[in-house]
Amino acid sequence: MSVATHETPVTAGATPRPKKKRGPDRRPGLSRSLPYLLLAPAVLLELLIHIIPMLVGIWMSFVKLTKFFIANWSAAPWAGFDNYKVAVDINNAVGEGLLKSFGVTIIFSAVTLALSWALGMAAAVALQPAFKGRSIVRTLFLVPYALPAYAGILTWNFMLQRDTGAVNHVLVDNLGLTSDRPFWLIGGNALISLITVAVWKLWTFAFLTLMAGLQSIPNDVYEAASVDGAGLVRQWRHITLPSLRPVNLVLVLVLFLWTFSDFNTPYVLFGTAQPPAGDLITFHIYNASFLTWNFGSGAAMSVLLLIFLMIVTGAYLLVTGRRSRRA
Amino acid sequence: MRDTKGFKIYRAVVLAVLGLFVLVPLYVMVTSSMKPLSDVQGAFTWWPSNLTLDPFVDMWRTVPLARYFVNSTIVSVAATAFSVAIAILAAFAVSRFRFRGRTVFSTTVLSTQMFPGVLFLLPLFLIFVNINNSTGVQLVGTRLGLIITYLTFSLPFSIWMLAGYFDSIPRELDEAALVDGCGPMGALWRVVLPAARPGVIAVAIYSFMTAWGEVLFASVMTTEANRTLSVGLRQYSTQTNVYWNQIMAAALVVSIPVVIGFLLAQRHFVAGVTAGAVK
Amino acid sequence: MRLRSLVAAVAVSALGISLAACGGSDSGDSSGGGGGGDATLTYWASNQGTSLDNDKQVLTPVLEKFTQETGVKVNLEVIGWNDLQTRIQTAITSGQAPDVVNIGNTWAASLQATDAFLPFDGDAMTAIGGKDKFVPTALATGGKEGTDPTSVPLYGLAYGLYYNKAMFQQAGLQPPKTWEEMVAAAKKLTNPAKNQWGMALAAGSYTENVHFAFINAAQNKSEWFNAEGKPTFTSDGNVQGVLRYLDLMQKDKVANPSNAQYDNGTKAVNDFATKKVAMVINQNNANSSIVANGMKPGEYGVVPFPAPAGGEQVASHVAGINLSIFKTTKNKDAALKFVKYMTDAPTQTTLGKPFASLPVLKDAKPAFTSDAAEAATFSDIYNTKSKPLPLVPAEDQYESTVGKAMNSMFAKIATGGTVTADEVKAALKTAEDQVAASS
Repeated sequence: MSVATHETPVTAGATPRPKKKRGPDRRPGLSRSLPYLLLAPAVLLELLIHIIPMLVGIWMSFVKLTKFFIANWSAAPWAGFDNYKVAVDINNAVGEGLLKSFGVTIIFSAVTLALSWALGMAAAVALQPAFKGRSIVRTLFLVPYALPAYAGILTWNFMLQRDTGAVNHVLVDNLGLTSDRPFWLIGGNALISLITVAVWKLWTFAFLTLMAGLQSIPNDVYEAASVDGAGLVRQWRHITLPSLRPVNLVLVLVLFLWTFSDFNTPYVLFGTAQPPAGDLITFHIYNASFLTWNFGSGAAMSVLLLIFLMIVTGAYLLVTGRRSRRA
Repeated sequence: MRDTKGFKIYRAVVLAVLGLFVLVPLYVMVTSSMKPLSDVQGAFTWWPSNLTLDPFVDMWRTVPLARYFVNSTIVSVAATAFSVAIAILAAFAVSRFRFRGRTVFSTTVLSTQMFPGVLFLLPLFLIFVNINNSTGVQLVGTRLGLIITYLTFSLPFSIWMLAGYFDSIPRELDEAALVDGCGPMGALWRVVLPAARPGVIAVAIYSFMTAWGEVLFASVMTTEANRTLSVGLRQYSTQTNVYWNQIMAAALVVSIPVVIGFLLAQRHFVAGVTAGAVK
Repeated sequence: MRLRSLVAAVAVSALGISLAACGGSDSGDSSGGGGGGDATLTYWASNQGTSLDNDKQVLTPVLEKFTQETGVKVNLEVIGWNDLQTRIQTAITSGQAPDVVNIGNTWAASLQATDAFLPFDGDAMTAIGGKDKFVPTALATGGKEGTDPTSVPLYGLAYGLYYNKAMFQQAGLQPPKTWEEMVAAAKKLTNPAKNQWGMALAAGSYTENVHFAFINAAQNKSEWFNAEGKPTFTSDGNVQGVLRYLDLMQKDKVANPSNAQYDNGTKAVNDFATKKVAMVINQNNANSSIVANGMKPGEYGVVPFPAPAGGEQVASHVAGINLSIFKTTKNKDAALKFVKYMTDAPTQTTLGKPFASLPVLKDAKPAFTSDAAEAATFSDIYNTKSKPLPLVPAEDQYESTVGKAMNSMFAKIATGGTVTADEVKAALKTAEDQVAASS
């Protein structure tokens, strides 16, 4: 993902040349093969855990791998593009379900990303100048990120219960906003809950990254600006934001990829009773595979998701890359 | 300069709102873990009226939590150790050598972060079974299988972050080491690694958290023998009851080691992330 | 775990991937089976008791006795319901399976279709004691009609309508014999202002919901699949049956809308045990939860879940747990012995009480309760008023699609919407299309 952005600034010219000079006159054979030896364990593991399984997954998407064949794979008939046709045919129930889930995921991903970034930025800016207790606050803000995902989500699940949950206790009993206890884990509100929980966990990552980025902006830049009479908002727009650009480029992409393929949040929050409004796409595919035993169809949906993510990421890198070159 | 009144108000508001947002769930988790079962099943109360520590005792009995704890610890520690070691080697190669396939390697490895887990969950399971059948190495239902899987999950990000970190270390230092008669590995060990310690710590934290919190693969790849906490916690919802107080107590207890570890080392994590992201 | 073996494993898999991709079943290794010496069986048991640990405690002495009698060791793993289906799927897919496994009997026909399980044909059936020892309806759940079953009943379960005796007495009510009486009684015992409700429904659990879709439709003499195994979800009887059940919350308002969030039967039973509701429909294994949550055995009664006047007397599906043997077993004889042992009268009696199950054997007395009337009621329901869920390969999809459709409709009702017969029909049509598309 964030690779390509990393690729650009690497000081490719400066680094290896001295070594090239030095290498050959000492141990030529080793020097040439050394980088490959260093990479070998990583490559082998990536092949085993990521690449080969993905290729097998792609193969699965082209066979009719239903419950009649999962015990004997080699007998599964070739399906060609049938699995894909069913998945993208929005006039049939399966395709329609996938499309709806895709729509829900886009909303979820966009809102979660925007909120996480906004909250992370707000907190990072607030904590930029030193003050008493800053490190305590910063430590506190990092707890949701440090917490294992399922522990945090289970707590939210408990809080979002209709009759016994803390959220309704606040809204109905303490504040008296409504007399009717709303549902948070079923119906339309489920999406709000899902976003809240995801933001709770993710904004602190945005905060962490942005805070780190802010540390690299020298303080006198701000001082000079305020001497010139620039207000806080202008300082933020003209100094903070442009300086954080490289951080933001990576952060937004990472947040997008994480939210779009988020599985833990819906899986732990809803269990087996997931509402349509909270039907995120990886969860949808998981159910399509394991609940209806149609692994071929599930694999086809995953491949479509992968293609989508690749296109978006590629386009993103292309656009941002071009713009930064121009700038 | 920015100690204006406007900024102070802004800061107070942000800290109050976000502080509440962060704290309330933590508060609920802690207090609910100290309530009797009947209280957590009834209407929510901010103050526990009957304080009890029983959930912290009972939780070890309802579910074999201690065993899951051991499993999670072994798996996460081993995955972290291997992941960091392998990532250091790969990042060193990417940062300090120019070789054929370097770009292909970095791009491919990082793009694996995009693969939806559901796509390769079942194939990976099958490959593990085949390895078992052909070599006798048991990977399904063992900690070894989880360790290999998890260490690979954190590998791409770790390599990327460390390569960025290594890039920020002046090459003159390596050269000095080379002049002193060290080989490239000696330079890595004596010069680059010590200078990159914050980055290594950051990567280690990241790997550990990845392994400690993974749910999807654990739900398929674990059996009773190697079940980890992430799926073990679900078992507090039994056929007869949902033990909310024990769930909260267990969630609290399994979080404490990670949270403390993370907070202790957070400065390095920040530095590591910065080096990776900002250049 | 040494690095060398790790690297070796990686290398081997990289080279052998062409085999890995499609060699799934042929070299299957039963994980428990060691060659030579005394046979060892691996047994996956489902969660029947109050916790996984409780199951283990109950089963261990039973398994030890089996080892004493036969010399066959049994490796037990108890698996929670959340994980059981996935674990069975991966076991089938990979061929790395236990020898004997518990399945929800409603999955029997679906699992049979995978061809991963040993059919209990003539010889195998004789080896486990012959088919005549089982209650016929229970055995009928073992697989598709007209085939050799791939599973045999182990624990029998049936739905009953539990009612709070004191509440009924105070309100001057008799236990209901028809649907109409049940609704009337529930209405009388509902008082939302006091948070008192006539009934509790596990309306957020798709498995529970689909059972009631099935039972209510069966009371209307309606079927979900035709003789060719094609789905017929949208028939009038099915739509009306589903709507009747939904109306408990929607029109009759005898169930707390919160029930739409109850994602397992346990929560509804807890409400009953803590006396927040007067009635709950649950399987007979609810007894242990009821008692665990503070209600005494004499405080509740059980009657069959009633059909509307003039309807078919179906009070339950034939619920329960079946036993299957994986074809990949290397210890077929030992596995058959084990199945025989588990389904013989003494074991049935021993396990009947802690797991609150009905015996699956003819002429056996239920041991799960000391209340003779309750035992008689459940035996009657199980033996004469239950009908198996559709015995077709697509049964699992029926469960998930129709069940989830009902979850959504309950959610809509609970959040203030209404669901009409047309909408029920449309939802069932979508479910039907999903089943048709993936079969």
